[in-house]
Amino acid sequence: MQTKVSCTLNGEDVSADVDSRTLLVDMIREQLSLTGTHVGCDTSQCGACVVHVNGRSVKSCSMLALQAEGAEIITIEGVDSNGDLHPMQAAFREHHGLQCGFCTPGMIMSALDLVQQNPDPDDKEIREWLEGNLCRCTGYQNIVQAVKAGAKSMRAGGKEAE
Amino acid sequence: MTKNGMGASVRRKEDYRFITGSGQYTDDINRPNQVYAYIVRSPVAHAHIRDLDISAAVATPGVVAVLTGADMAADEVGSLPCGWGINNKDGSPMFEPGHPPLAADTVHHVGDQIAVVIATSRAIAKDAAELVEVDYDELPVVAGLEAASADGAALVWPDAPGNVCFDWEIGDKAATDAAFEQATRVASIDVVNNRLIANAMEPRSAIGEYDSGKDEYTLYTTSQNPHVIRLLMGAFVLGIPEHKLRVIAPDVGGGFGSKIFHYAEEAIMTWASRKLKRPVKWTAERSESFISDAHGRDHISHAELAMDDDGMFLGLRVSTRANLGAYLSTFGPSVPTYLHATLLAGTYKTPAIYAEVKGMFTNTVPVDAYRGAGRPEASYLLERLVDRAAKVAGLDPIEIRRRNFIKPEDFPYQTPVALEYDTGDYEAAVEKALELSDYDNFESRKNASAERGKLRGIGISTYIEACGIAPSNVAGALGARAGLYEAGTVRVNPTGSVTVLTGSHSHGQGHETTFAQLVTEALGVDFDAVEIVHGDTGKVPFGMGTYGSRSAAVGGVALVNALEKIRTKAKKIAAHLLEASADDVEFKDGQLTVVGTDRSVGFGDVAMSAYVPHNYPLDELEPGLEETAFYDPKNFTFPAGCHICEVEIDPDTGVVQVVRFTAADDFGRVINPMIVEGQVHGGLTQGIGQALYENCVYDESGQLLSGSLMDYCLPKADNVPDFAVTTNVTPCTHNVLGVKGCGEAGAIGAPPAVINAVVNALAEFGIDDMPIPATPERVWQAIQAAK
Amino acid sequence: MYEFNYHRPASLDEAKQILAANAEAKIIAGGMTLLPTMKLRLAQPSDLVDLSAIDGLDAISDAGSAIDIGAMARHADVAHSEVVRSAIPALADLADAIGDAQVRNRGTLGGSIANSDPAADYPAAILALNATIRTDQREIAADDYFLGMFETALADDELVVAVSFPKPKKAAYAKFHNPASRYAIVGVMVAETDSGIRVAVTGAGACAFRASDFEAALTESFSADALGSVSIDSDDLNSDLHASAGYRAHLVRVMAVRAVKALGG
Repeated sequence: MQTKVSCTLNGEDVSADVDSRTLLVDMIREQLSLTGTHVGCDTSQCGACVVHVNGRSVKSCSMLALQAEGAEIITIEGVDSNGDLHPMQAAFREHHGLQCGFCTPGMIMSALDLVQQNPDPDDKEIREWLEGNLCRCTGYQNIVQAVKAGAKSMRAGGKEAE
Repeated sequence: MTKNGMGASVRRKEDYRFITGSGQYTDDINRPNQVYAYIVRSPVAHAHIRDLDISAAVATPGVVAVLTGADMAADEVGSLPCGWGINNKDGSPMFEPGHPPLAADTVHHVGDQIAVVIATSRAIAKDAAELVEVDYDELPVVAGLEAASADGAALVWPDAPGNVCFDWEIGDKAATDAAFEQATRVASIDVVNNRLIANAMEPRSAIGEYDSGKDEYTLYTTSQNPHVIRLLMGAFVLGIPEHKLRVIAPDVGGGFGSKIFHYAEEAIMTWASRKLKRPVKWTAERSESFISDAHGRDHISHAELAMDDDGMFLGLRVSTRANLGAYLSTFGPSVPTYLHATLLAGTYKTPAIYAEVKGMFTNTVPVDAYRGAGRPEASYLLERLVDRAAKVAGLDPIEIRRRNFIKPEDFPYQTPVALEYDTGDYEAAVEKALELSDYDNFESRKNASAERGKLRGIGISTYIEACGIAPSNVAGALGARAGLYEAGTVRVNPTGSVTVLTGSHSHGQGHETTFAQLVTEALGVDFDAVEIVHGDTGKVPFGMGTYGSRSAAVGGVALVNALEKIRTKAKKIAAHLLEASADDVEFKDGQLTVVGTDRSVGFGDVAMSAYVPHNYPLDELEPGLEETAFYDPKNFTFPAGCHICEVEIDPDTGVVQVVRFTAADDFGRVINPMIVEGQVHGGLTQGIGQALYENCVYDESGQLLSGSLMDYCLPKADNVPDFAVTTNVTPCTHNVLGVKGCGEAGAIGAPPAVINAVVNALAEFGIDDMPIPATPERVWQAIQAAK
Repeated sequence: MYEFNYHRPASLDEAKQILAANAEAKIIAGGMTLLPTMKLRLAQPSDLVDLSAIDGLDAISDAGSAIDIGAMARHADVAHSEVVRSAIPALADLADAIGDAQVRNRGTLGGSIANSDPAADYPAAILALNATIRTDQREIAADDYFLGMFETALADDELVVAVSFPKPKKAAYAKFHNPASRYAIVGVMVAETDSGIRVAVTGAGACAFRASDFEAALTESFSADALGSVSIDSDDLNSDLHASAGYRAHLVRVMAVRAVKALGG
């Protein structure tokens, strides 16, 4: 049985007909055709599917689409502004915080939640925060650098590109 | 240095699409009228299939088809091929079992494919798959090397007695035995190399599509080498000629070896798409990846090192059993043989080496290359053994290595195990690593740790690897069933922009950037005017793909050779335009100039002239400006280096934390230092993962206990330190770029450095051995036993 | 995941009616355990009753001698709550060490304790702080609540509404986590409460339990040294890939010592 879900996705009103068992990530990827949010595991470990729901980072593989009724959802596709990279996105490129790119959208969405809670995180806080985001390529060092630089740039109002 | 050319840390071209979520991975692709496949897999490790009843699944609304091994047999679908044959000591060939994409009548491991359910949604396909009823007649199981080699062990294959696939040897046994007779000191070690699962973050996925109007197939797949898949699947499994089969590997989310191989699902989707006349899509769930992706490593070895009174190595004897799993994966047999035993000389001048390797079948997932592939096994064994030898000889671990290194003046150096090293400077790497790691002040750091109740240890490894397997004729003589060259095409477009078609494949390595740097360097065109195309057999003429750290050393050199052809032709065209001799034309920074004059033409004008040949030497030259080169290297490349690890151990819990890690690596010349450092960081983290966190464990019945990311521990951000990395460059002598490769080094050098550090930290308890991975409980148990 | 009927009632009464009408219904709070279990097809509820739309279930308040936390309070809310942090810092610390950031943003106190997952963290706090579990029907004392692996004193149609944590004189939580899943292999909370020293262990056994020998030793002398001669019997402890029962027994003492030391003992 299909049920209609209405929510906002990256600031736009959207709706989709979903099964009760449709996961939020599947609705985003399959019904709403935003494929930047990825699925890397089935046990909520990898964090490739992290999006923001009502301002908080969540693993969209661990939430039902129906639970997003009325919610504000932001995905990786919604963080730039009119084509200008968000400072966190720019920092990931500048600091080589990605290789294959598969974990990157979830990593950036998770980092943005960290910075909204802690605008100036140190290395240890970043590494601990990212426990729920697995990356198999980078060894994390450049991700940590990128998050730190992205946070700095955000504190400066996004005026620094690095 | 050209801006954005060789040696510049250019920011990556490919990043924009990844950081904005607009990458296109296989599962992001959807084809019109697509249906979804779910694979029914064996829940038991070894059984005859008495009966297979698909009727309830077929009757499920939304199910389009349920196909089985019998359907495949009726269509004469072939066996998944093995790409490397190994001969036994007596010269006879290895035992090579068939590997049907869907099991015919017997399953050989948990996860073996039995049937495919295809439906209008993933959920329906999965629901219906539960309705497929299989009646198993269970058979005895051997789930590991010890069980497989026990007397009277059950057989995975009735025609492979003792579960032996091959019993192979390399080196001079008599000379090695003689060395041991002369020896005054002998060190020995027994090591297990743990079984690992690559776990690229993107699970495997495949979409098969058939165009009945043209009788053409397209396969979208998560592959490191689409041309190899086209060859293997087309020629050996489905009987589709190359010109009717296009394989596309779009953005691929990491590989680490696990996406080299030709997998059953690729053939199943392609075959099913023709039967159904609809695109068929399959994407693995992670828990499915654990039982269907090829695993890595899984060796048990005994090794002995003969020395004289001065700790000089006289001879090395190694006996290895290697778990190959239930079937032979694409390159499975090559890994413990030609990629492992040939590296046992390491960085040392050991005059006599003999190794024997038994490849063995077990009722487990096939085992094949995983980052490093054979070389981490050799490096781990040797560097643990050398540390032990240092104790036996009463020498410092660094001193015994220095004494035995192959020296710069010894190159080219022929090892006793087939390889000829071209160049290197192992001691220089050690010196750099010692300095960067602040080795001399270790004691004060150890004391500081002790004050906090922690045990601190330091460990060193010096590794060598052989990358860019080559040349093809030698590899062929050793059993390779494919060529090992690479192809590159440079297409200069009429307005002077450049499209490169490369047979290498990037799934994180950054080829779109580094290869564009090579083009910028050679032709002087703007970095943004270069596009690198890869991963599509419909666009790229040919290629062997990316594995074994070969992209720069083989694919990059092929590209450079094609660029040289472009430069030569461009000079001829410029000579015509400038009314000079081609020999007098200099090509620099995008300008072609008659030497010693101000007569000059830009490369863009030369390109335009080639495509609008109004003023053009048509009697000497063809119009157009496009060149292809195939490059078959003369030898492997030999990256090497020195890694130093410091750990802190909590004696109360046994938890090991890597607190410092230093790597001094020789990758030859470096195209993009930023990217190379990133590769090192990633490799080291996987190496630390093997040493401390990752372990693939089966129970006796062949059930995978570490079957999800809940139990198989990938290193997390707070499990690794910031790495201190540097390079020590000795350019490769036999390729024009002087490059060696950097992708696997971290995973090769790190595990022994970590375990040597753990053993060093525990030395005060008299501990001189530690199984890998050094999990908290193992470390704690070792301390308890020693107390 | 199998199909089910999804409900998001606006009131507790409505939720109870749905539960009463559907024997195979399950409550979903944060879903951090239930959804992964359902995805692996290890659970097949006919109906899911989502409590997230019921007002007030996530409240955190200072009730004088205790801190009351609503069943739907997310772990991140508890971790960041000034009310909790100032009165029972150990509880905020515990919440901050659950899973990862995204799990803490979704997972709830009620979900954690209603499930009685042997490796969950909150059960240690329930027992050590001598909390009272308030359901829609009654109050359940901590010591009567956990009955076994995934088994509690809750009736099938009973809902956790809130938990009242009496303010301890002091308390600390020490955790040894599973490196892969981040669940507790062993978690120990040591608390000095109005009813004396309480030591509760999670992760080690079928469900959370109190370590009475440890309590007796610490009552005698509140110091790490006092734990030197007590040990815990490994016979009934869990054993898995990551930790044998013997190692878990050892870790119980190590974590207890760490908690005591954190409290100056």
